[in-house]
Amino acid sequence: MHKKLLLGVEAIGQGAIDGGISGVYAYPGTPSTEITEYIQESETAIKRNLHRQWSANEKTAMEAALGMSYAGKRTLVCMKHVGLNVAADVFMNIAITGVNGGMVVAVADDPSMHSSQNEQDSRYYGKFAMVPVLEPTDQQEAYDMTIAGLEFSEKAGVPVMIRITTRLAHSRSGVKTIPTARLENPISLPSDPMQFVLLPANARKRYNSLLAQQPNFLKYSEESSWNRFEDGPDRSVGIVCCGIAFNYFRENYPGTSPYPYVKISQYPLPEKLLKQLDAQVDEILVLEEGYPLVEEQLKGFFGRGKRVSGRLDGTLPRAGELNPDLVASALKIEKLVAQPLPELLVNRPPALCKGCGHHDTYRALNEVMKEYGKGKVFSDIGCYTLGALPPYNSIYSCVDMGASVTMAKGAADAGLFPSIAVIGDSTFTHSGITGLLDAVNEKSNMVLIIGDNESISMTGGQDSSALGRIEAICKGVGVDPDHIQVLESLPKNHELLVEILRKEINYNGVSVIIPRRECIQKLARRKRN
Amino acid sequence: MKCDIVLAGVGGQGILSIATVIGLAAVNNNLYIKQAETHGMSQRGGAVQSYLRLSDKPIFSDLIPSGEAQLILSVEPMEALRYLNYLSKDGYVVTNITPFVNIPDYPETDELLTRIDNLPRVVAINAENIAKNAGNVKSSNMVMLGAASPFIDLPLQGLEQAIRDIFARKGDEIVAVNLSAFRTGRAFTEQKLNS
Repeated sequence: MHKKLLLGVEAIGQGAIDGGISGVYAYPGTPSTEITEYIQESETAIKRNLHRQWSANEKTAMEAALGMSYAGKRTLVCMKHVGLNVAADVFMNIAITGVNGGMVVAVADDPSMHSSQNEQDSRYYGKFAMVPVLEPTDQQEAYDMTIAGLEFSEKAGVPVMIRITTRLAHSRSGVKTIPTARLENPISLPSDPMQFVLLPANARKRYNSLLAQQPNFLKYSEESSWNRFEDGPDRSVGIVCCGIAFNYFRENYPGTSPYPYVKISQYPLPEKLLKQLDAQVDEILVLEEGYPLVEEQLKGFFGRGKRVSGRLDGTLPRAGELNPDLVASALKIEKLVAQPLPELLVNRPPALCKGCGHHDTYRALNEVMKEYGKGKVFSDIGCYTLGALPPYNSIYSCVDMGASVTMAKGAADAGLFPSIAVIGDSTFTHSGITGLLDAVNEKSNMVLIIGDNESISMTGGQDSSALGRIEAICKGVGVDPDHIQVLESLPKNHELLVEILRKEINYNGVSVIIPRRECIQKLARRKRN
Repeated sequence: MKCDIVLAGVGGQGILSIATVIGLAAVNNNLYIKQAETHGMSQRGGAVQSYLRLSDKPIFSDLIPSGEAQLILSVEPMEALRYLNYLSKDGYVVTNITPFVNIPDYPETDELLTRIDNLPRVVAINAENIAKNAGNVKSSNMVMLGAASPFIDLPLQGLEQAIRDIFARKGDEIVAVNLSAFRTGRAFTEQKLNS
């Protein structure tokens, strides 16, 4: 056994390599990015030449992974929680088609929204699609589950989801790994040629076969070594702990627990273990990271019978990530009052880097927009979202990948003038192109600013998928080449950008302005190496 | 043995280089370790922290419970105060005193440093000056690690070996500069503790 010091996400990457994948597919997103980055840098992955390039978005990633699985090979697809929304169409349907080569869908949730616009809980998607979900407690389980998940996926012919959350994703610990990676599968086509054809008549058959598999998934869960019941002498309350909430529970009882408990790291919920707990205790406390998914299921609509507490009754906060202190308080453990924080302490929010090209864009945009008033600039997800904060306060929306383009279009349709969108190069190629096509088709009166820093910067400078081809894409979509303006985003070009903005705002149709300069962080990294 | 450390700083200051050295030294000493880091948006000049836990027994939580850290090691003075709720009653704060001002409402430096000096157990150090004297201003994080090392339950040789291993690929000169920075930082704290 080798022991490596790995982040939770890196443990998934190593597990995938050791589990014999032939490729990883992903679009970067905190806290999932390092799964793919780890595989990109792995010696084994390089030697085997596993597929490890970034995809344009999570949907294209998952579909390509499905193609690899169709060809009989094992594959991993990774994303952050909101990325699964983008891939939800294919995800829901591959539960029904099933898979051929083993396929693990690794989704990293971000409770407390450290780097996200919401804290949705991906376990609901697993339940929605009716596929097995694995939720590791620690880095070792993250590794082991990835290997086992690929194995089970291939055997049962169903995608398996691994759900982790920020704390485990970005925490490092020792992981025992197997000495050599499993060999890759040879190419083999699905035995049923109609498996992937979801025409209604066939889809009904496939759906019934997914339904028929449910008892197997339950059995897999009930017999899983990652789910277990432990007895305890104090029967006044039984604890149900899911994923890393188990750690916070045990942190408070490092020896043995006084209460009986069920540790849950695999879904569907292990009925037998929960019934065993239920039979012994007066009430139940549910500790889970994310939404109250388990609590809702155990509670029942009318709340009759045994008391079930957790996030719904205020025993734990309804929102945000858990920690050892919140769990201690739910367990009614008295803790010393920690010292208060000094009053002179102020918040230090993230900000655009010194020397970043987005400064130049926002300075010019603000100067022009002074004439038109506030509230007319839509934006998107990336470093430039920081333009919503002081000192710029330039933008008025950040909703989902690509929404700046289509919101600006809709607002222009409504008669808002001017209607401006600010998006980054990578977010544009992720989900902005189709929106631009809508705008071109209707000659919407809007200005699209694509702040091209030639990189996916917020997540650490990954390669942007249309490097050097942004203008070509805009032309291809049908934007009038006379209204595609490219300039270098530099302080010396301030007057030029102001002039271009004024001119394009007054053009009645779709204009695209591309202020371009390499991300300052990426430049620094390039110079260091 | 159990040692909980909060590492604090501003995104871009490189606190993870300190965590990496401690982590490697801990692993080489066959200790259990969990080290939670901040990745993502905050790395763009926001407040960042790393919760580093070492123990000879398995560790459960990746986060440190409040009031249980033996040490807050901060490479920026205001950030040293942000995590005081994690500090145990007899815990130490070891902090750099050079402010990193990237916000308009940063507190007055004098007031801030007075607040730090008034902490019951504190080592406040000008890491940049010491690093410059030790040969390279870029080694200030190793000055900070050296200054904090008397409060970390790891053998001195283990930490120094980890510095050698981690900087080895950058050449002997860089190893020597970082070791010298580390030792100067340690000497600063030892002198303070003995005075």
